[in-house]
Amino acid sequence: MSSPHKLPRAAAVLALALALAGTARGEIKVGDVFPPLAAAGPADPGLPATSGRVVLVDFWASWCAPCKSSFPAYARLYADYAPRGLVVVAVSIDNSADDYAAFVRKHRPPFPTVRDRDQGLVSTVAIPGMPTSYLIGRDGRVRYVHEGFHTGETERTLRAEIQSLLAEPAGGPP
Amino acid sequence: MRSPRFPRLILLAGLGLAAAAGCAGPGAVRVHPWERGALADPTMQPDRDPLGSAMSEHVFYSREAASGGRGVGGSGCGCN
Repeated sequence: MSSPHKLPRAAAVLALALALAGTARGEIKVGDVFPPLAAAGPADPGLPATSGRVVLVDFWASWCAPCKSSFPAYARLYADYAPRGLVVVAVSIDNSADDYAAFVRKHRPPFPTVRDRDQGLVSTVAIPGMPTSYLIGRDGRVRYVHEGFHTGETERTLRAEIQSLLAEPAGGPP
Repeated sequence: MRSPRFPRLILLAGLGLAAAAGCAGPGAVRVHPWERGALADPTMQPDRDPLGSAMSEHVFYSREAASGGRGVGGSGCGCN
């Protein structure tokens, strides 16, 4: 005959497993290697080379109002730091190709944009909110994550982080 | 010999932990930030018609002596 305590014990183990599963996150954090951007699909005009370079990846959508506000700021950052090697890629998570195309046509960003067609990249990255931008160091690891867009404050913060990363030698921090 | 209460305590602790993690943990998020496009649609806003909202407020106030308490909007992309 089986022990009368077996059932409660099994239930306890199951409950603990559920608890641990509930706290598990797949979110890409500072220090993690950022997944390949090619997972999103073909970019417009083509994905730039990112190996050994400082990369700013911004996740946006046409239905996200702060994302619209962020584009002029990213355009300024791109204009200021692209000559020093910064790569900016704006990844749209729009389900609708038409909405994506209309947004790009209207705002004409100077940096490459790509639509994450099946939301495979954003699911892997598991962004904490909309919009979220990731600064990736020359070693391919995430160095800074910025959630949301708060006009001047966001731009100032990103500017400082970008300058710091661009000043680092190839191969990561000294 | 251990008390028969012991497994029950483990069970209760585990269930409590699971409930707490389920309620407060990030695993409780059902709609991810990148899945909120439909919620951001203007037609999802309950107060998208200002005239209708004003009339409802008037009815609540004049018939039920109630005002305010409508809270924040129930839709949107939750951005920022």
